[in-house]
Formats: sequence, C-alpha cells, structure tokens
Amino acid sequence: MQTQKNHSDCNRPLADAKLVGCLDCDLLQRIPEVPAGASVRCLRCDKELWRHKPDSHNRTFALTVAALVLYIVANTVPMLGLHAAGRSAFTTVVGGAHQLWLDGQQIVSVLVLFAAVISPALQIGFLFLILIGGQRERPPFWVGMLLRHVHFTRTWSMIEVMLLGVLVALTKIADYATVIPGIALFALFALVVLLAAMQSCFDPREVWERVEWADEEIRHLVDSKQITEVKV
Amino acid sequence: MSTANPTAMEQGLQSCHGCGLVSCPTSGTEAGRCPRCDEKLEFRKPKSLERTLAYLIAAAVCYIPANLLPVLTTNTAGGSESDTIMQGVVLLWSPTGWPLSLIVLFASIMIPSAKILALAYLIFSVKRGSIKNNSQRVKMYRMVEIIGRWSMVDVFVDTFTVSLIQLQPLMSVEPGPGLLFFAAVVVLTMLAVESFDPRLIWDSADAKEIQPEVQHA
Repeated sequence: MQTQKNHSDCNRPLADAKLVGCLDCDLLQRIPEVPAGASVRCLRCDKELWRHKPDSHNRTFALTVAALVLYIVANTVPMLGLHAAGRSAFTTVVGGAHQLWLDGQQIVSVLVLFAAVISPALQIGFLFLILIGGQRERPPFWVGMLLRHVHFTRTWSMIEVMLLGVLVALTKIADYATVIPGIALFALFALVVLLAAMQSCFDPREVWERVEWADEEIRHLVDSKQITEVKV
Repeated sequence: MSTANPTAMEQGLQSCHGCGLVSCPTSGTEAGRCPRCDEKLEFRKPKSLERTLAYLIAAAVCYIPANLLPVLTTNTAGGSESDTIMQGVVLLWSPTGWPLSLIVLFASIMIPSAKILALAYLIFSVKRGSIKNNSQRVKMYRMVEIIGRWSMVDVFVDTFTVSLIQLQPLMSVEPGPGLLFFAAVVVLTMLAVESFDPRLIWDSADAKEIQPEVQHA
C-alpha cells in the first residue's frame, strides 16, 4: 500500500517511546514501569502523566456499552413532568433546548443541545468505536483520529452540570407546581457515574502504543530500531 | 525546585497534544506534524497569550450585560416580571433552598469572575517574565480548567425553568436577553483556558537557569 503522506513536514520520532514532555511544564522525563493502579506524576509540576490502569480495555468497554444504553434511555423518555392547575407538561433534554429555540434564543439553544446531548453522544460514541477498533493487535489509523479528539468531547460534555441545573430548576418550580421526576432523570444520574467511571478506566496510552501511525513508514523505522537516538 | 531534566523545547523536541508522542521537527522548521496522529505540532501553542487575552476581553465585556440584563421573564395574569442572575439567587434563598442558592451564586457569579481574574493574572505574570510561584500558578490554571465548566449551571437552570413553565395563559416563563451574554461568558472563558499554554509559566525560569549548551551533531 502506498502512503500519500508528504514526509517533509512530518516530525521524526525518538527511539525511546517512554520519553514524554509534560504538557503543563514541558519537562522531559521517562515514564517508569509502575504497579497497576499507580500513577506517574511530573517531577516538576505534579501533573499526572500516566496512570497504569489494569484491564483497561475490557472494563472501559463494559462501562461504555452500559453508558450507551443509558444515554438512549435518558434522551427518549420524559425527564421532568409538571403538574399544575389541572394541567400536565413533560419535557426531555432536547425538549428544553427546543423551547429555548422557540423563544428566540437559538444560539443558547444550540449550546445547550451541544453540551447536554451532542457532546455526551460523541464522548460515548468515540470511545465505543475506539474500543471496537482497539481490539485488533494493530488498531487502524482512524482509531487514532478519534482518540485525539476525546479530550474535546470530554471538555464540552456537561451532563453533570446539567443535572445540577435541573435540581435548581426543580427547587424553583416546586413553589408553583408539583414536579414529577421522570425515568430519564434517574438514567441521567446513573449516566454521570458511568461516564466518570468510563473515563477513569480508560488508558489512552495503551491504545496509542499499538495504533497505526499517520506515517507508517516512520513507525516501521522505530519498531526496527533504525531511528537514531536523540541524546538527552 | 530545579530538576536535572531539560525541557522538551530545550532539546528541540515537540510533544503532541493529541497523542503525547515526543518528536523532533525536521531541520529548519518550527511547526511540524505528529508522525503518529497527524496533529499539528509547535513548541508552544501559537499566539497563546494574545489569543487568551482576546477571549478574556470578550468575556469581560459580555460579563457586564450578562449580570445586568434579565435572564428570565415570568408572565402571569398580574403582569410580567424579569429577573437577572443575582435576583434569581435571591429568589432561591429560603430556609430549604439556601444551599442551592449558594451553589448558583458560586457557579454563576463567582466562578466566571474568578476565572477572568485568574487568567488575567497568569497572562500578566508570564508577560512580566515572572519566575516565582510556578507550581502555584500551574495549580491555579488547572483549578480554573476543572471548575470552569460548572458556570454553565445557570444556563441549564434557565433552560428547564423555561421549558417546564409553559402554562399559558396562567403563567409562562421566557428567556431574557441576559442569557445569551451569560452563555457567551461561559464559552469564551472556556476557550480562553484552552488557548493558554501553561508551559509558558516555566519558560522564563528555564531560560535563566540553564546555561547555553554546545550543540553536538
């Protein structure tokens, strides 16, 4: 297979794959072998560089599948109901965003939809696909493409913040009307826990060490130790 | 404080934000690509201080209407009433509701302003070439990064209040113009945090500590 990549702007990797630069202070250091569950912290700024997560693939996969199911439940059944003056109203997360749109707040509506519906879907979906692709001994390049955007999906996925918001809204509304918590509300609570567990079980480094590179020729050179060592 | 290890930049190496791989740019270039994940690489986030400052100024400008304009308007048979974020906090204050009132006060008023001040201080200290309190400054940055998202809480409170209280003609709640500005503050401060490069905090100290070395081929 021919790679179409232009080599001229591709960086040369180091022979020592255990060498990392801390992303918070740029200090170069080697990641040592540590027992399962232990973390490696930056010598200078104490940032967690790596945590040895045992059985990362299986545990994360189980949690991701559970999160996927709960996500679907949380977004299809009613989340909150309201009973007042002989009338009932129900809403879902998407319904909340939709009402904002109808009331002329289109931009905020899109933001709510993005933070509470789209980003969590991407967060779960990306991880699901990464784990499917990661089952192979040499995961294909698209796994890496998804993996490098996982941070983005985590930053903007705000289900836990939304739940706090729902709690506050409920307290406010309880003065005027009877509020009925829907099944989706409980699904969302469970989803928050699952998402946190999913992220804490997942070890991206383990996938990165196996994945197909953007420039496979360079990876072959590294694997066959043909890369010259940079003195540190 | 000082460690024997050099920084990646001192060794002419770039770390990838996408996958963590350390690599060496081809001679004569500052910007390259990660051979593993294809991410664009630079020694430091490009124009980090300028971009952070631009987002911060925009956030600070939006912060004023976000707090002065109403975020919710309640229409009842007796007329309509508009509330700003602060009025919302006061309304929530009751013998049972005060913990939530405090959470909203903290998330909607204190976190955004603390974020703007903290980032302004970080930009200022890096510009001045400060070499003090590096560990504390980077911890402050991480703190801002972690708690920042919680200021979105008020946007969600207003969303669900609006969508539930639609009991026309008895009572209905509409979003107010302040909501857009408030959402803008949250997003802009998050973008400011993303564009700040914490490695800049250490650069001045590193430049002073390390003697120029003879480069060997």
